[in-house]
Parts: sequence; C-alpha cells; structure tokens
Amino acid sequence: MNIHAIRAIYTFEMARTWRTLMQSIISPVISTSLYFVVFGAAIGSRIPEVGGVSYGTFIVPGLVMLSLLTQSISNASFGIYFPKFTGTIYELLSAPISYVEIVLSYVGAAATKSIILGLIILATAYLFVPLHIDHPFWMILFLVLTAVTFSLVGFIIGIWADGFEKLQVVPLLIITPLTFLGGSFYSIDMLPPFWQKVALFNPVVYLVSGFRWSFYGLSDVSIALSLAMTMAFLIISLTIVAWMFRTGYRLKS
Amino acid sequence: MQDILLVSDLSKTYASGFSALRNIHLAIRRGEIFALLGPNGAGKTTLISIICGIVNPSTGTVLVNGHDIIRDYRAARSMIGLVPQELSTDAFETVWATVSFSRGLFGKPADPGHIEKVLKALSLWDKKDQKIITLSGGMKRRLMIAKALSHEPQLLFLDEPTAGVDVVLRRDMWELVRTLRDTGVTIILTTHYIDEAEEMADRIGVIHKGEIILVDDKSELMRKLGRKQLVLQLQQTLKQVPSELSAYALELSNDGCELTYTYDTQSERIGIVALLKDLNDAGILFKDLRTTESSLEDIFVSLVRDDQ
Repeated sequence: MNIHAIRAIYTFEMARTWRTLMQSIISPVISTSLYFVVFGAAIGSRIPEVGGVSYGTFIVPGLVMLSLLTQSISNASFGIYFPKFTGTIYELLSAPISYVEIVLSYVGAAATKSIILGLIILATAYLFVPLHIDHPFWMILFLVLTAVTFSLVGFIIGIWADGFEKLQVVPLLIITPLTFLGGSFYSIDMLPPFWQKVALFNPVVYLVSGFRWSFYGLSDVSIALSLAMTMAFLIISLTIVAWMFRTGYRLKS
Repeated sequence: MQDILLVSDLSKTYASGFSALRNIHLAIRRGEIFALLGPNGAGKTTLISIICGIVNPSTGTVLVNGHDIIRDYRAARSMIGLVPQELSTDAFETVWATVSFSRGLFGKPADPGHIEKVLKALSLWDKKDQKIITLSGGMKRRLMIAKALSHEPQLLFLDEPTAGVDVVLRRDMWELVRTLRDTGVTIILTTHYIDEAEEMADRIGVIHKGEIILVDDKSELMRKLGRKQLVLQLQQTLKQVPSELSAYALELSNDGCELTYTYDTQSERIGIVALLKDLNDAGILFKDLRTTESSLEDIFVSLVRDDQ
C-alpha cells in the first residue's frame, strides 16, 4: 500500500477544498436557508404536519441529502476530471500507485468534503426549525454511505466526461430530477398510487427514506430495504469503477 | 552491470489500427545519456509513455532495473522520473506544494531537505511560494523537471526538454542534464534537434515510423556514417572535369573554381593521395583546400530518406 501517495492526493484535494472553502460552504448554506424561507415558512405554514412533525422539520433530512448528492458528485467528478483537462493526469498514471489507492484518495477526499457540508447544512437547519435525531448512528451511517456512493458516481462521471459540458449534463439531466422526485420535499404516500409505484424505481427515494427514518423514525420504505439499496448502489458504482480501471477506459490507450 | 532499461519486442497498435511502434528492442546502460532521435510522429513519446505506464503495450516486455513494468509496476515506476513534453501543471498550486505532492505520489516520505536541494539546483528556490500560474515558460519547464526529480529517480525521461525554449535556457538545460548524469542518474531524452543529441548524448538511437533503425555510440555513429569532403580551390577555372579523373566522381562548381571530392573515412583506400597526384599529372593546380565532415544532421536525414 502506497500510504504516502494516498496521503499526498488526499491532502492535495483537501487543500483545494480549504482554498475554496468559503464558496463551497456559503452557496449551500444560502440555498438551504432559501429552501427554509420558501418551503418551511412561506408554504410550509399552510401544509399540515407530516407523520407528527412540522413540514419545515420534515424536509430537513431531504435537504441534507439533496446537497450531499449534488456536492459528492460535483466534488469527485471535478477532482478527477481536472487533471485530465490540464494534462497533469500523466503523473498519476506514471506513479507507483494502484487503482484502489487512486479511488480511495480521490473518493475519500470528495466524500469528506460533502460530509462536512452535509453537517454544516444540518447545523444551518437547526437555526430555523426544531430538530431531533432518533438514531444518530444510522444517521451517520447513511450520511457516509451516501457520500461515498455518490462520490464514486462523480468519479465515474469525471473519468467518462471529455468536456465540461458532459461534466454538467449528468448531474443536471439525471441527478437533479431524481433528487427532486426522490421524496426530499414530500412523503411518497402523498403521491397518486401510480406515481408511488414509479417512485420506487428512483434510487434516491431509498436514501432519503432511510436518512429521514434515522431522524424521526418516519420512512416510506423499510429501513432494511433502504440500507440494502444503498449498499447495492455502492457495489454497482464500485463495479463500474473497477471495470473502468481494468480496461483503462478513457484513461489509458 | 545490468542494463537499467531493457525493452524487448515491444509493439503498440492503437485502437484506431494505427501501428505506433513495431518490434522495439532497446537496452539502456546505467549512467548514460541516451538520445532518442526521430521526426515528429516517429513514436518517441509513445515509447516513453509505455515505459512509464501511461500507455498500455500491445505486445512485448519492458524491464526497469529488472522489474517488469506491468507485473512489478510499483518497483519499476518508483525508479522513473518523467518530464513530459507538454507543460501540464496545477496552475493554482505553489511550486513547493506541487513538488512535495510529486514526491508523496511516488511513495517517498516527506523530505523538505531534498525538495530544497532540487529547487535550488533548478533555480526555483526563490519562487517556492509562488503559484505556478505566475511562472514563465522556462520556469515551468524547470518545475516539471523538479517534480520528476522529487522522488530521487534512477532513470529520467526528458521528452523534448528544449522544445520552445530560448537559446540561453537551452544551454542551461544541457548543463543541468550533464550535472544530473554526474550524480548517477541515467537519462533518456527525445529530441528532433540533431545538435542537441550531438552535443549531449553518449549514445544515439534513431526511431522512424515506429521502428528503431539504428542505435550506436555517438562518436561511432558519426565515424561509421561520416562522409568527408575535400574541396579544392583551383588556380584557374575549369570548364569540365578531365576524363582521366572520372574515377574519382569529382564535382565541379558552377563557376568552375572548386572541385569537390567525397570520400568515406571507413573505406580502405581513401584515395586522396592518388587524387592529388593525378590532378598534378593532369596539370590542374589548386591554391587552397579544405575538408568538411558531415554532421549528425546529414546522417540523420540520409537515414530517414533511405528508409522512405
């Protein structure tokens, strides 16, 4: 194990995070605050309680998930795409470092950053609405698993992308709709029966549901199913990354 | 002593079907400066990229100090430093951070003392806290070398180190390469500037259309392929070369003032003495003479042309 290399990449990536810390933190904090103003106060006050918690409180786990997903993907995709774009990837490819080590360090750094952001958003939410966390262990577990899984997805996108447009297109066309339709702002039993069935094909539903359960004990699907699905996405992402490295896909000719 | 680099039967065909390298065999001796010479697109960069692990070989093996570059990639790669042709850098990092990063990436524990030594050797020490984006092109080139030297490699690849570099900096670069060699680093450089190879290399390999068409000691190469010319300035202009001198294949200049005799330094009978005697017999007198030796460039051009 090339520990020095893992540390070098991880520190290098985190240095970029610290350098851009203000913009990385301020924008999600502002957008979360806006969600609370609009959905929590303006609209939320006219919406009845969901499962015994006020609407403002209800949307907190979903909002955290929303930021966690988008941030994980953008951090990780940018982290690996940028060296490809500037050409510095030559150094990574010529270094005595295994694929596992590359993934560990890049995905680890991306996930670390999005977990920090997730916790900051949670703290911001705490200023607006009363919060309680019934199952802190599960909360952290879902937070970490989701951050890692979607950082892997971001890593895959970063390797696949051969232009800045492609870097944007997957988050914009696939991830954003999935998160908005993933029950961040509602419980899926609020949907018409047909759409409830459709929603079950959306992977984000399981993440949000499990995460919300860890807060309030409320879930759309069983916690075991949520965990199983999260693990399944993790394994699928790992498999794709492993395939990419084995074939040298878009990295080595 | 064991060769530091051994390339056997290496071929590369890209997915597009383009055959970039064909049956390359190459052995690099420890401690030498080896120049890989070839026109653009000859396969120089592909060969280096395969050895460094950036491009997958199609067939063949590469051993770095006895370590296979695929089976034993960690050991092989940690001995190699690569300075690619393109100036690819992290524009927003500082000089110090990026060189330290490279050292870590190649599995070496942090050693500020060594980084300091490398930066000083490359005249980058006073720039260590500057962001790379503020450096000039020449400084960036030196920074790339600093990164490659950060992990104390035994084998250094310089892919066209002086492309787009001014004359003074070029001299400095040559000086630097010699200094590195003196510290025991084996250096392989690619270039399409002949004078660079002539100036620096111990041995020269010529690569053309994906094949190594020649590898030899520089002096040997120049001796072997070197052709010399004897130019005679005549006292009186000549309209044509007398027929009794036709065996020498002399060339007469347009103004009839100069006779040129081309000979091979390798041949048993150079024929100068006989020529001068025959000239005397024919009553052709000359007032001056000079000889010229073909440069590596002439050799190279003739090699590449013969192959076409």
